[in-house]
Amino acid sequence: MQYFQKEIETMSKEEKRALQSERLVKIVKYAYENQAPYRAKMDAMGVKPEDIKSIDDISKLPFTVKQDLRDAYPFGMMARPKKDLVRLHASSATTGKLTVAGYTQGDIDVWGECAARSLVMAGASEDSIVHVSYGYGLFTGGLGMHYGGEKLGACVVPASAGNTQKQIQLLCDFGADIICCTPSYIIYLAEEIERMGLKIGEDIKLKGGVFGAEAWSEGMREDIEKRLGLRACDIYGLSEIAGPGVACDCQFKTGMHFQDDHFYPEIVDVDTLEPLPYGESGELVITTLTKEGMPLIRYRTRDIASLNDDPCPCGRTSVKLNKITGRSDDMLIIRGVNVFPSQIESVLLKNTDITPNYHINVDRVNNLDTMEIVVELSPTVQLDEVAHVEEIRRRLAADMASALSVSAKITLVSPGTVARSEGKAKRITDRRKL
Amino acid sequence: MVKQIAVFLENQEGRLSDCCKVLKQADVNLNSLSIADTKEFGIVRLITDDSEKALAALQKAGFLSTLVELVAIEVPNTAGALADELIALSESGVNIEYMYSYAGKDGHANIGFKTTTPDKAIAVLQAAGAKVL
Repeated sequence: MQYFQKEIETMSKEEKRALQSERLVKIVKYAYENQAPYRAKMDAMGVKPEDIKSIDDISKLPFTVKQDLRDAYPFGMMARPKKDLVRLHASSATTGKLTVAGYTQGDIDVWGECAARSLVMAGASEDSIVHVSYGYGLFTGGLGMHYGGEKLGACVVPASAGNTQKQIQLLCDFGADIICCTPSYIIYLAEEIERMGLKIGEDIKLKGGVFGAEAWSEGMREDIEKRLGLRACDIYGLSEIAGPGVACDCQFKTGMHFQDDHFYPEIVDVDTLEPLPYGESGELVITTLTKEGMPLIRYRTRDIASLNDDPCPCGRTSVKLNKITGRSDDMLIIRGVNVFPSQIESVLLKNTDITPNYHINVDRVNNLDTMEIVVELSPTVQLDEVAHVEEIRRRLAADMASALSVSAKITLVSPGTVARSEGKAKRITDRRKL
Repeated sequence: MVKQIAVFLENQEGRLSDCCKVLKQADVNLNSLSIADTKEFGIVRLITDDSEKALAALQKAGFLSTLVELVAIEVPNTAGALADELIALSESGVNIEYMYSYAGKDGHANIGFKTTTPDKAIAVLQAAGAKVL
């Protein structure tokens, strides 16, 4: 199976643009008429729905930020009365209120289609068994991939998160060929599978997986593919827009195919908010072109990435999202230097003396930021001298300093001692009191 | 040659006792324990009566453990007994990375050391009349 919806996924650029224009005109009018916050924002800017004639006019529209959603908590951003909504999702909030997204049946269907397109990119077909280890609940991961799998006509195993031993038993017994979970969890599963001495290809029959909800590096992809013998696809989504399936890698990994018939992406400069051309890195901004329950216009995702429009050998014609290099939320500013956890990860993956599990501790001592990276030694490294350990640490500190442009203290610990997560990995402890 | 197990331990309360507990549960007897430590971590070097069993138990319990072979000699517990052997090694250009002593039989002391050239070290020691274990 090559495509889930061939006519849309391989549509010509011109046709796509015409479709996007038609949908944008319609959604802006709809938002203006049904969402008070948009009417207020557009009126304040002096922009009328009639001013939007094609997709090229998108930059005339106001941005939406997470705070707008918090201010409208819980239902102020909904474009439809509660009777038309069939589902509510909410994103985790470390501080303050949750951000809520309401979905109509139409929204759930579109999201399911996008998730199904993504699963096909990972190698799934209607004959597949799709094992979903994302959490089921307010978080969109579990239900998003679940509905995608069903839309595809595959057989879904709603394993949800947690209970790793049982997950592995289900993988062995049901013989799932496709898995969906966070990248940190698939690494954890791989470790456990190796520890239990199970055979890849015999006991574990996975052929492909979609891994998202965290930024991860190219090196981590190679590691996952090598250890589990599967095609590891990066999948992108966020609960405010739709969960996983907004964009996903195909087997050629030329960037994640953005489902831009439903979700229109832009990259803007983080400081000036001016749109940036393809290839340049900035904040990803998304406009929902077809959402009914809660359309969002120019929503600032806080994710840092770039887009590319190079042709892909798979035949899909969408614009592509290059790997997310960080979340502006996750970005640490250490002594004035921007540091993304993904940069740290890529250094760790190049070194075989250690595992990719790490934790960052940030503190401020005598008005100076300090960063400690706690890293696990690999269970296979041979150590009997203090000097060996010091050498590993010295080399890692040097590699880290050159990759991050800021120095970090490296602390090496025993294998298995950095806390594993079954959902989104929590890798940073920031003790600075600013 | 004598088999030694090197265990990486964070400098944290209870880590060494955890390590010893694992060996106790595996019913392994310790002949020697020496620690090379820094402020943050240590490497514990163990010589036991059953290296394979000890290594398996430690690894299973999650301790980063490495099996290393040491050259070992038995020396009498008298003044100057070690000096002659060390002079012989030094004159032959055998480099010793680390060395420690542990209790031997019948009032003798055992000396174990790591070198990058164990075969040469053994030959030198035998030529010098040392009792190589």
